[in-house]
Amino acid sequence: MSTQELLQTRKDLLTIGDLSREEILQILDTAKPFKDLFTRSVKKVPTLRGKTVLNLFYEPSTRTRTSFEIAAKRLSADVTNFAVSTSSVVKGESILDTIDTLQAMQVDYMIVRHSVSGVPEYIARHTHAAVVNAGDGHHAHPTQAMLDAFTFREVYSEMTGKRIVVAGDILHSRVARSVFEVMHILGVEVATFGPATLVPETIPSYVKILRSFDEVLEFDPHVLYLLRLQLERQKANFFPSMREYHKLYGVTTERFKILRERGTWIMHPGPVNRGVELVDDVMTYSRTLINQQVENGIATRMAILYHLTPEEQKRLPLPEEIRA
Amino acid sequence: MNENTVLNSDEVAVVIKRLAGEIFQKAGGECIALVGIQTRGVTLADRLAVELSALGASFEQGTLDISLYRDDLSNLAALPHIESSEIPFDVEGAHIVLCDDVLFTGRTIRAAMNVLLDYGRPACIELAVLADRGRRELPISADYTGVKIETGKEDYLRVHFQETDQEDRVIHYTAEAQ
Repeated sequence: MSTQELLQTRKDLLTIGDLSREEILQILDTAKPFKDLFTRSVKKVPTLRGKTVLNLFYEPSTRTRTSFEIAAKRLSADVTNFAVSTSSVVKGESILDTIDTLQAMQVDYMIVRHSVSGVPEYIARHTHAAVVNAGDGHHAHPTQAMLDAFTFREVYSEMTGKRIVVAGDILHSRVARSVFEVMHILGVEVATFGPATLVPETIPSYVKILRSFDEVLEFDPHVLYLLRLQLERQKANFFPSMREYHKLYGVTTERFKILRERGTWIMHPGPVNRGVELVDDVMTYSRTLINQQVENGIATRMAILYHLTPEEQKRLPLPEEIRA
Repeated sequence: MNENTVLNSDEVAVVIKRLAGEIFQKAGGECIALVGIQTRGVTLADRLAVELSALGASFEQGTLDISLYRDDLSNLAALPHIESSEIPFDVEGAHIVLCDDVLFTGRTIRAAMNVLLDYGRPACIELAVLADRGRRELPISADYTGVKIETGKEDYLRVHFQETDQEDRVIHYTAEAQ
């Protein structure tokens, strides 16, 4: 059992920027055999048997939480969901006290989502458990970006020199930030497209800003990545109306015709607003990868959990040790 | 470390031919499935396949990676790279011959059997190895053994194949000052 190539490991996954190109490719390569498991009669492997994975979601999420839960269960880990709305957090417990409590329960992996940027990193510094950022504020969503890279790579095994356009609300999107990073590291040319009010000035310099759908067609992306438009943004006057957004920035029937002729692949992190980001027909288009993204999410998250190593847990001192 | 060649290139070929003959004879015309354990077990399965074809045997072939089933994963400083597992036939009711280069503690074989059982319920699983170096830690034995060697606990036994190591050779490295 000794002559195999060994992989590097790390304790936490907080942002894509922490990972080298080599490490990203290692994780994506590892996700492939995990995906192959899904066709077996027993879809589980005993890799994390006896380990505890805790979903710590301070923000509601069904998709990401379920994806992590299935990923952890297929690795034979025990999964606990920490439901924040019913927990002591509403009684006013601080994050640090919550972490200390969970630490005392010997949790090995914590999957953290929080509406404030930086919370997963803060938690990671205060726990022995391996921490995975499952989305923090407008900052980062590295596992989404990894599964997107995996999905892209299934279509184009050589990603260098390929082009992607990330379209929509960039300003409020942690997905966009992480997708920019991972695609850039993997050699993909990155452009973005959206209402000027929703494209921040602080965008990385390697991202090309496109101002109209004609410019998108001119850029001719291999993949058009549509972001979910959060409906509450309209109330804050970032754009006039849903219909207007669709007309100017969405995939309309007319634009879809062109994209289909060109064979452009469509990705979307879900859930989709039909008639806003895209017309219904896009959902049944053979080159729409939305369901593949969901399936690949499980395999990629399995690979990420496999890749991370918690620090050794220290047990709490026994009373006689304290007295002595 | 002292280096001692146990089998040279010609001897490796002879031994694999003999193993294939034994497998063929025992199968008695029944279709068998050769399953190689990554990485050098896969090469052994490929070599056996060539010999079995020459004998006119009917067989299927697959590969297994056992990394995810190792019993020492949480004690490792670095993680094993996972190779593909491809079982293109129905494991249910199959007559499987597991192939690996070296049989040592038996832990790899234990893991491989667990992987196979997660694909289905085979009729039987047999084991073919090129070299058995003894020192088992689990109650496991091979059905087809190329060569048996007495080894010390700190020794290394390495199988080299042309495909991965540019030569066919079985080498015994003995720890000095025994």
